[in-house]
Amino acid sequence: MADQSTDTDEAAGIPTPDGTTHLIDTEYEIGEDNVEGNVGPFGFDIHNPVFLISGLSIVAFVFYTLALPEQSNSLFSWLFGAVTKGFDWFFISAANIFVLFCLVLIVTPWGNVRLGGTEATPDYTYVGWFAMLFAAGMGIGLMFYGVSEPMSHFSSSFGGTAAENGMRTDWAPLGGAEGDEAAAVRLGMAATIFHWGLHPWAIYAIVALSLALFSYNKGLPLTIRSAFYPIFGDAVWGWVGHVIDTLAVFATLFGLATSLGFGATQANAGLNELFGVPVGATTEVILISVITAIALISVLRGLDGGVKVLSEINMGLAFLLLIFVLLVGPTIYLVKLFFSSLAAYIQYLPALSNPIGREDVNFSQGWTSFYWAWWISWSPFVGMFIARVSRGRTVREFIICVLLIPSMVCVLWMSVFGGTALYQVVNEGYTVAQDASLELKLFKMLDVLPLASITSLVGIILVVVFFVTSSDSGSLVIDTITAGGKIDAPVPQRAFWCIFEGAVAIVLLLSAGGLQSLQSMVISTGLPFTVVLLLMCVAIGKGLASERRSIKDAD
Amino acid sequence: MFKKILSPVDLAHADKLEKALAVTGELARSYGAEVCFVGVTGPTPSELARNPKEYAKQLAKFAAEQGTKLGVATSSHMIVSTDPAVQMNQELEAAVDKIGADLVVMATHPPGVSDYFWSGHGAHLAAHSDASVMLIRG
Repeated sequence: MADQSTDTDEAAGIPTPDGTTHLIDTEYEIGEDNVEGNVGPFGFDIHNPVFLISGLSIVAFVFYTLALPEQSNSLFSWLFGAVTKGFDWFFISAANIFVLFCLVLIVTPWGNVRLGGTEATPDYTYVGWFAMLFAAGMGIGLMFYGVSEPMSHFSSSFGGTAAENGMRTDWAPLGGAEGDEAAAVRLGMAATIFHWGLHPWAIYAIVALSLALFSYNKGLPLTIRSAFYPIFGDAVWGWVGHVIDTLAVFATLFGLATSLGFGATQANAGLNELFGVPVGATTEVILISVITAIALISVLRGLDGGVKVLSEINMGLAFLLLIFVLLVGPTIYLVKLFFSSLAAYIQYLPALSNPIGREDVNFSQGWTSFYWAWWISWSPFVGMFIARVSRGRTVREFIICVLLIPSMVCVLWMSVFGGTALYQVVNEGYTVAQDASLELKLFKMLDVLPLASITSLVGIILVVVFFVTSSDSGSLVIDTITAGGKIDAPVPQRAFWCIFEGAVAIVLLLSAGGLQSLQSMVISTGLPFTVVLLLMCVAIGKGLASERRSIKDAD
Repeated sequence: MFKKILSPVDLAHADKLEKALAVTGELARSYGAEVCFVGVTGPTPSELARNPKEYAKQLAKFAAEQGTKLGVATSSHMIVSTDPAVQMNQELEAAVDKIGADLVVMATHPPGVSDYFWSGHGAHLAAHSDASVMLIRG
């Protein structure tokens, strides 16, 4: 909260809290397409037609997958395969461009531009800001893949390469490291960090930066279409914009609902492991309901009272778990691994990010291309949320904190969790975690460390709370987009999206294969959004250039 | 009896404030109190203003106009809230302390079902701040 008192007796005393910005002149008034009204006692203020179209099309898609499960499944998995296999070169090249673009912004004078104007002050402290962007961005993925991914790449690298008809059939990254344990660890860690390091965060940073810039500095509504103003002009307020915003709502809601479904599965597996809670639809529906209920309380308490508090609690817990595993695990090995993984990442980065002529097709299409499409399909949601909490930071500070620091945290996380599990396999011959199913790997790894029952419980709590923080920040984002960029729409509206999301997750969970096929569809939306993100880079360049000019003029 | 009256205003719905403003003016004149108009805005562009700076100007202009119209001393105070739809209660409560207001006069809606879920801003202030609170039904 920032206060600004003015004394109207002196006209000159009007404060300029935001300093110099270059506002975009547009005839469009925020909220001019909005419809206000009441449903019973609850008020609403929604964008017409984005709210209705996105709501109805979501319901239609859910019905389609329920009514024709086989047809929808084959359609979506075909689409998914075509996108991740046919466009792998496109995803990999685009992600490289995003990383380079961000790094360039750090070192050029454009990095001096402050989001919200030259005099703007940050709304959040570093701790609160960082906790929120992490919790929304990838917290849950770290819980899921922290142990399993280094393990997978290690095993496939160690297994070496295999070919059939000149095509590689193995899943090893690059050339693998057949029979060489130390080299397989290095390659496995490098490949994991590659998927969780600079590239995903650059994807988020691009979306977040363009939204923050066009909203706080240019005065356009906080919604995805605003980033396209420099390209489409006033046409973004028409159908072009409706389509962009609807697509963003669509990807966000289904992305959240499908992850909610899968997250319930992991939490259920953990609870079963720990307390013998039965695995099945009933438990999972209860879990989704509980997660949605907590998320509902959080959104009703608002950004500062709910989302921020939960994110900070979660970051604290995750940090404690990390320190605990680091200390009771093979500490020296892990510290060494952290540095050697970082070095391996830098060493293998050019080869791993090479978009063309790859021999490791399974790895580059099945892992890298899949991940890039996944991050990109999540980027409207995470990017918009990061934008919402980043006012007052300079572009340079923003990129360092959204790109470099989270990347380092991911390196640390993967080194500690993956490293402990790898150490167990390589040095102790404990392969239970290696053989366990995906959702159990983390718990099996914790099993052989001290205080296993407490740390596993912390693990389950983290999984649940990370879902809550994704769900509540997602509801805020969808609510803002469907209210045409207004952040002060009536509260029942955000409650609606939060509950709707949980309901969609439950319906999909109960239908056979529904979650899987819709997740394939969501990831396929990564393709059009990659084009969107490339255009955003152009828009950011134009926008920052005009900011710099107006600051110079003001001097 | 009262020295500083706080008047929370929603500039987007200023037309609905007529009655509350008239009462505020009358009270201010009879007690010789100053009226401080408080407005809450988000950091993002809204239908009223494209940034907090613009909002502050509009609020100040509104306060000056009301000062002439009601014939009392006025000032204005802007609150930038990260989540205005939800955090309004706490923000207003803090503003009462910050400004040192001893009376709050505000327009309010007739009570309805949703008041059981979300207390109105006036009700919250009456329960949580030291100032006297007067609610004016529109």
